[in-house]
Parts: sequence; C-alpha cells; structure tokens
Amino acid sequence: MENQSIITIEKLVKRFPMGKDSFTALKNINLKFGTGEFTGLIGPSGSGKTTLLNILGSLDVPTEGTVHVLGKSIGKLSTKEAAQLRKESLGFIFQSYNLLVVHTVFENVEFPLLLLKYSKSVRYKMVMDALEWVGLTEKVHSKPPQLSGGECQRVAIARAMVKKPSLVLADEPTANLDAVNSHHILKTMETLNRELNTTFIFATHDEKVISYLRRKIYLLDGRVDKDEIITPQKSVAQ
Amino acid sequence: MIKFLLTGLWRDRSRSLMPVLVVAIGVMLTVWMHAYITGFMGDTIEMNAKFSHGHVKVMSKAYAENMDLLPIDLALVEVSHLKSALKEANPDMEWAARIQFGGLIDVPDENGETRSQGPSIGFGIDLLSPDSKEADRMNIRSSIVRGNLPAKAGEVLLSEHFARKLEAEIGEAVTLISTDMNGSMIMYNFIVSGTVSFGVEIMDRGSVIADIEDVRAALNMPDAAGEILGFFGEGFYENERAVEMANAFNAKNALSEDEFSPVMKSLSQQGSMGQYVQMAEVWSLYISLIFIFAMSLVLWNAGLLGGLRRYGEIGIRLAMGEEKGHVYRSMIYESIFIGIAGSVVGTAIGLFLAWLIQTYGIDISGMMEGASMMFPRIIRARITPIDFYIGFIPGVVSTVIGTMLSGIGIYKRQTARLFKELEA
Ligand SMILES: Nc1ncnc2c1ncn2[C@@H]1O[C@H](COP(=O)(O)OP(=O)(O)O)[C@@H](O)[C@H]1O
Ligand SMILES: [Mg+2]
Repeated sequence: MENQSIITIEKLVKRFPMGKDSFTALKNINLKFGTGEFTGLIGPSGSGKTTLLNILGSLDVPTEGTVHVLGKSIGKLSTKEAAQLRKESLGFIFQSYNLLVVHTVFENVEFPLLLLKYSKSVRYKMVMDALEWVGLTEKVHSKPPQLSGGECQRVAIARAMVKKPSLVLADEPTANLDAVNSHHILKTMETLNRELNTTFIFATHDEKVISYLRRKIYLLDGRVDKDEIITPQKSVAQ
Repeated sequence: MIKFLLTGLWRDRSRSLMPVLVVAIGVMLTVWMHAYITGFMGDTIEMNAKFSHGHVKVMSKAYAENMDLLPIDLALVEVSHLKSALKEANPDMEWAARIQFGGLIDVPDENGETRSQGPSIGFGIDLLSPDSKEADRMNIRSSIVRGNLPAKAGEVLLSEHFARKLEAEIGEAVTLISTDMNGSMIMYNFIVSGTVSFGVEIMDRGSVIADIEDVRAALNMPDAAGEILGFFGEGFYENERAVEMANAFNAKNALSEDEFSPVMKSLSQQGSMGQYVQMAEVWSLYISLIFIFAMSLVLWNAGLLGGLRRYGEIGIRLAMGEEKGHVYRSMIYESIFIGIAGSVVGTAIGLFLAWLIQTYGIDISGMMEGASMMFPRIIRARITPIDFYIGFIPGVVSTVIGTMLSGIGIYKRQTARLFKELEA
C-alpha cells in the first residue's frame, strides 16, 4: 500500500521576504510519500517543519520546485482549486487545536461536512462515528472552553478525520498535552491510520510522537538531514 | 451553513451584540444630532418669522427698500382689500397686517410734565379682533410679566425692561410722540395694561405693543399698514414655497411703476435672514455630514477590528476548505445584518430622544442673554423624514465598508499567515 505515491516533492525551495532580502526556509527538498504512511518531519524549532506542512496542505505555495499532492500541483492551483483539495482530501490538526470556541463539539466536527454539502442525517451519523473513534460521544454538546486540552485535541482529530480524508497533516499535535493524553491521541491516530488507511504526516520534535512513527524525516536548517524507514517489526516493538 | 453562521453570530456576543450596540449608538447620535440641528435652526427661523419677517411679507415697493427705517409714510393703503385678495389667492395662508413704528414714550407726572422718556419701537398688531391669532403667534399671553393683554382700545403693553426704566406703572397713562403717515408730529395717549418679557433681547429693549387700530388712529393711517405678514398655517417655513409664492405675486405687479404698489418678499429675501436660511440649510447638511463622517470612521474602525479579530476563525474555515470568496461574502452579509440591526435600533432610540426634545424642549435662555439676533429661548428638535434614514448611512455603509477593507486581508494574506497570527 505504502508504495503508491500520494505526495511528490521535487527541488522545493521556499523563501520568505525579509525586508529587502529574503529568508530561505526550505532548501532543495526532494521527497515522496506513499499512501498509508505514518510519517514525521522531525527537527528543532525553526527547521522548516511547519513551512513544509503548510505547503503540503496548500495553505502556502512553493517558491521554486514542484509539489504534487494527490495529483494536484500546489502553486499552480487557483485559490478555489486549493480550497477544493483541502475540503475533499485534507485534514489538519494543529498544536493549539484551533477549534471554533462558540460552537459545540458536534458543530466543530460537523463543519467540514457542511462544506461538502452532506445531508443532515448523513452528517449526524458521520459526526457521531468520528466522535466515537476519539471517545468523545459524551461531550457532543459541550463547547471547547469546557473541555480539557486532551479532549480539545481529540475533537480536532475527529474534525480532521470525519470526512475520511486521504491525508492528515498534524503540526505538533502533542505540544500542549501531558504524556497520558499524548499517548492517548497518538494511539487513536495510529488506529485510524490502520483502519482507514489514511496517510498521516506529523511535524514534531516530541519523543513520544517520534516513538510511534514508521518513517522519520529529519529536517535541519531547511534541508532533509536524514530519512529513516522503520521496519514493521521494530514498529511493533514500540 | 447559514444556520452555522447564524449560531456563531448569535453565540459570539462580541460579534453580534457589541457591534450592534456600537452601530446603534453611532446611528442614534447621528439621527438625534440631525433632528436637533434642524430644530434649532428651524426654531430660530420661526421665531424671526413670527416676530418680524413672516414666512412671506407684503409691503409697498418703497417700504421694502427702506424696511430698516420703519418708514410708515411708505405704508400700504387699502389693506383690507389687499388682505382679502391675498386670502383668495392663497387660501391656506394666514395673513396679518402689522405696523412697526418708531417714537418716544413719555411718562408724565401729575402736572403733565415729563417724568421720564425713552425711545421705543412700536408694534401695531391685531390684538382685539376675536379671530386674531397674533397674540398667540407672538406668544404674548405667556410673556406677560405684570398686568394683562390690552382688552380695549387705548391700552398698550410695554416691555418689562422698558417699563422699569421709565418707572411706568400698570394703569398709568403714557404718551407716544411720533410722526404720522403724512410726516406731521403726533402725540397719542395710552394706558399701560401690562408688561411683557419675551426673552428676546431686541424685543425686550424698548417695545411698545398696541392694537393695530389704535396705532392707525394715532398715526393717521386708516386701513393702512406697513406690512402684511403671511404664514403657512400651522406649518414651518419652507423656503422654496415662500420664494415661489413671492415670485408669483410679484410677477403680477412687475410692470407697475408705482412705488406704492405691493411687493411680496419671502423671509429669506428680507435682510440678513436670507443668509441665515441658507446657512441653516447648508449647516444642517454640513454638520450632519461631518457627524456622519466621524461616525463612519468609528463604525468603519469597529468593522475593521471585528474583521481582524476574526482572522483566527477565518483561518480555520479556510483550512477546512471553505473558499475565500465564500468566507468573504459571509462576513459582508454578517456586517450588513449587523449594520441594519444597529441602524434600526439606533434610529428608533435617536428618534425617541429627538421626539422628547421636540415635545419638551431644552431651556437655553441662560446661554442666550445679550444675543442680538432672535434666538428661541427653548430649543426643540424637529423630526423630518430624512431622520428616518439618515442614520443608515454611517450605520450600514461604514460597517460594511469597514468589514470589506478588513476582509481584503483574507485575500492578500497567504492562508498560512492567518495561522501565524492566530498562534501568536
Ligand atoms: N511567513 C514567514 N515570514 C518570514 N519567515 C518565516 C515565515 N514563516 C516561517 N518563517 C521562518 O522560517 C523558518 C522555519 O519556520 P517554521 O517552518 O515555522 O519552523 P518549525 O515549524 O520547524 O519550527 C523560521 O526561521 C521562521 O522564522
Ligand atoms: Mg512549527
């Protein structure tokens, strides 16, 4: 399964304008990701993890090089096409959860389905399924401020997963969580990865996350430093 | 989706209640301010109309040219005939003949020698006909300080200030020394029936008010009058209408060479009132515009802040795959909704406040002491049709523009930037 390519990155360079000059955040990145991967971009703060993840998520565009995600060339997409790609195929999980605070757990998870124009009854079933995956069916009517950090991140996972996207991008998902909650959500994501064959790409420097990964891509100063694939036996040992 | 947006709007009070309140306050001030200015300017005009200018005034051509001198030798004659002609041509107007004249008031002692004396401005107005509205029009009854309105021929009112200066008492005789219509010197005796104070500086300095028939007798001007004032029934001064009426009237007499033939002048065509009428129109427009502009800035800023504050939420929605155009439009719809809601609330409150001031008035007599123009003692707002929609300009337009401008950020920024700001 994993050898079917979902992302191809060739000679990717990303520069940010900095006054008169520019700052190069990504320098000649070449990578391929297959379907069903559970992969992490690992590196210290400022190494370019978020920048790369944003480009994969069509939230940002390459300065040079090409990035194909699910057959679409990021950077050549119109904003409409980029929105379409995100709406249909991508899920995001953020360090700071980024839930809509005035909306209930149900409404937060339902939102991506509203964009996809599912009927009410279909939405209800899909939202309840997603909440069951993350073990939050009891909190369906709560609002984010009433939830713990771990619960919030589980809502975010449910929101990312509810439409069963091909690719989930998770930027430091455990940074605000304690060890117990971190392991809890990682196990949840690992299970979803296996059961739904969803590709997960993390940006992280958290050892707990790293221990779950089946592929570790080390970034240093905007370059790929190391690209390790963990054999299945090793992974099971974790 | 609409339900999602509405629940968000409803639950997030900082997105709904607060902006609606801000808009409502701005709109309320705009509406109130406009009604207030209209009222103040309008009342000043009405007051000058009632005391001296009329909404329109008919005089002889010669009198009109020397109006400031109160030239009774140039007065109109056969006034009753002219009045009925005016009434016939303009049945919805009220017409009142008046004589303004200058003279000395002399208070004699028991021997008939002068005890005190002072220059005065006299008003001959119709006080004694049963159907005359003049006493009410000039608000004389409620301006009486001592004594009563003249009840019969031969009685006068003196302004309170003047009576005190002359030490003239109620019931005492005073003598008017003046020149009559033919230029001969006359002396005519009146009994002081009461004193008045209008709270209008130039009416309170040295006024003598008598019935017009008495004045005609005193000045030998039977069926004559210096001026015939016309008033729009119960209505307020309308410059266009007054000017049109005057033009129509004058067109009929345009060819007459006779300097005693009548001319009609609108209030705005008399002395400095033209400037004031113009000023009133321009001012209420300018002040309203300045106010609308200022309120627009405030509301625009509120719209802007409201939009900026929501970059986080917008970032999330964009990340979920909502289209920029859709997010932008939904923000605009929200701001239209908020602008309208706030404008409706603000207009309602503004109109209510204006109505209160229209009904009860604010007493500013203390602030107007010594003013040389006639200013009303009590300021009243006046609600005009424009007040029902003027608030919507800042209320809706600025809020929407503010949101539109802040929303441009959505287009300009890379979506990723919205998150950077969110995470910070
Ligand atoms: N929009 C931007 N403008 C300028 N510099 C940026 C921008 N985004 C990121 N950077 C810079 O690029 C580098 C990589 O950032 P980032 O991808 O966020 O790193 P990481 O997620 O690995 O901590 C950092 O030095 C950061 O300051
Ligand atoms: Mg980062």
